[in-house]
Amino acid sequence: MKTKKIYLDAAATTPVAREVLDAMLPYFSERFGNASSLHAFGREAREAIEKAREKVAGVINAKPEEIVFTSGGTEADNLAIEGLALAHPDKKHIITSAIEHPAVLETCKTLEKQGYDVSYIPVDSEGIVDLDRLEQEIRDETLLVSIMHINNEIGTIQPIKKIAKICQEHGIYFHTDAVQSFGKLKLDMKKIKVDLLSISAHKLFGPKGVGALYVRNGVKLKALLSGGGHEQGLRSGTENTAGIVGLGKASEIAVKKISGNEYKNIEKTRNKLLERLLEIQGVRLNGSKEKRIFNNINVSFQGIEGEALVLMLDKKGIACSTGSACSSHKLEPSHVLLALGLSELEAHGSLRLTLAYPLTEDEIEYVTSAIEESVRKLRRISPFK
Amino acid sequence: MKYSKKVIEHFTNPKNVGEIKNADGTGKVGNPVCGDIMWVYIKVGKRKTKKGEEEYIKDIKFQTMGCAAAIATSSMLTELAKGKTLKEAKKLSRKDIADALDGLPPIKMHCSNLAADALHKAIEDYEKKKKVRAKRRKDENQTNTNL
Ligand SMILES: Cc1ncc(COP(=O)(O)O)c(C=O)c1O
Ligand code: FES
Repeated sequence: MKTKKIYLDAAATTPVAREVLDAMLPYFSERFGNASSLHAFGREAREAIEKAREKVAGVINAKPEEIVFTSGGTEADNLAIEGLALAHPDKKHIITSAIEHPAVLETCKTLEKQGYDVSYIPVDSEGIVDLDRLEQEIRDETLLVSIMHINNEIGTIQPIKKIAKICQEHGIYFHTDAVQSFGKLKLDMKKIKVDLLSISAHKLFGPKGVGALYVRNGVKLKALLSGGGHEQGLRSGTENTAGIVGLGKASEIAVKKISGNEYKNIEKTRNKLLERLLEIQGVRLNGSKEKRIFNNINVSFQGIEGEALVLMLDKKGIACSTGSACSSHKLEPSHVLLALGLSELEAHGSLRLTLAYPLTEDEIEYVTSAIEESVRKLRRISPFK
Repeated sequence: MKYSKKVIEHFTNPKNVGEIKNADGTGKVGNPVCGDIMWVYIKVGKRKTKKGEEEYIKDIKFQTMGCAAAIATSSMLTELAKGKTLKEAKKLSRKDIADALDGLPPIKMHCSNLAADALHKAIEDYEKKKKVRAKRRKDENQTNTNL
């Protein structure tokens, strides 16, 4: 059998696009200057960084000075939540959701240990945050609401416009982890009152290890790193020029994709693949059918375990992932799937496919039959058919 | 995390998959760590030795819902246990199974526990049933003499 290679794990990471790499390359050795230096080498780097800042800001209609470059989405989440908390020690209550990325959840847990009170808002069976509950949880000492835009596992789109409005009405800060949506969905900071927004380059055909935090003008944060006071004092450390240039280029390309047909084409082929997969016996869709990012599929197959399925598909050249306990470091099923109300057994048989590009008819056919065959094989081994 | 070649081999082509109807012993275990499930069925035979007679595992099959390591350890277990006397089979440990697979990633060692437990349970089940049968036979004999 000839093995094709089909990458269906875009929510984990994406390759650096050729154009992005080309834009980055000069900044490793020819234009290597430290952006803080006064000489020509330094100025060259500074210019490149500021251009990138404009491009990143452009994606979400923000002002360039509202963009703070970080080492990625994780750092952006940490800086947003902990940085805000440290700058506002008088308020010690935070509201977040049960399905956040660990970068948010673990930061909240750290604050809990320091005496903060954190409310984890449940989601409905489609993974949408319960807004009534959210509003009920607001108190005088509530500092921040942190709710992600797109969930990385089930692709659910949260109503961040409504959440922003609730927060504004109550005078509370709103942070959203937009790592999975930045450059994919239209976001306008002039229209939605988000105070803090996390960005990562490697989910958008940019390099790993670089990201940004949007900080609305006037929002006070305390830096988490002590040092030379780079990035308006919010992120010390010599700038990762090449990485930042990469994020800038990726942003520029993404803007074109948002207004073009690329994402619509991905969605069309995703829908076709999903339709085929839902014909398999004993399958269920996890998450919302409508309020879902265009490239995400998350399904559970009865009677089998996800890690085994992922490995079997890997043998057929298909790369994807699972929320099964067996594949996690902690040997616990995905907290996101459990929050939807799935049983541990259902979470165990989950499979996530996230498209990086539109699939061809052949690819859809190949992936469908590979999954069908693997599920059948694993069910033959399983005591539950 | 990386699996050994042997693990992948047994995962891809597991041996002795299925159910034994009228099994002499069944061992059903669930993994408290990750929630996986393994069922082992055995058929026990008797064979002559110099000293008399011994009981051995004549046939063994498994059904597993679990990760690649769980499937591979089930398969290896059945290979190791087949033909062994019950006494020998009782001594099969998780380490024996993991070693036979050229090792398991540390986080996956608990999967081999599951396989060893399932086999031991199946043997226990067989021995329990045998005792019940023996007792019944004895009771029946007694009733006969009382007639
Ligand atoms: C929703 C979400 N938040 C945060 C992160 C972390 O981003 P990074 O890998 O850049 O630290 C990820 C990616 O893993 C993510 O999907
Ligand atoms: S059986 Fe779950 S980790 Fe192996």
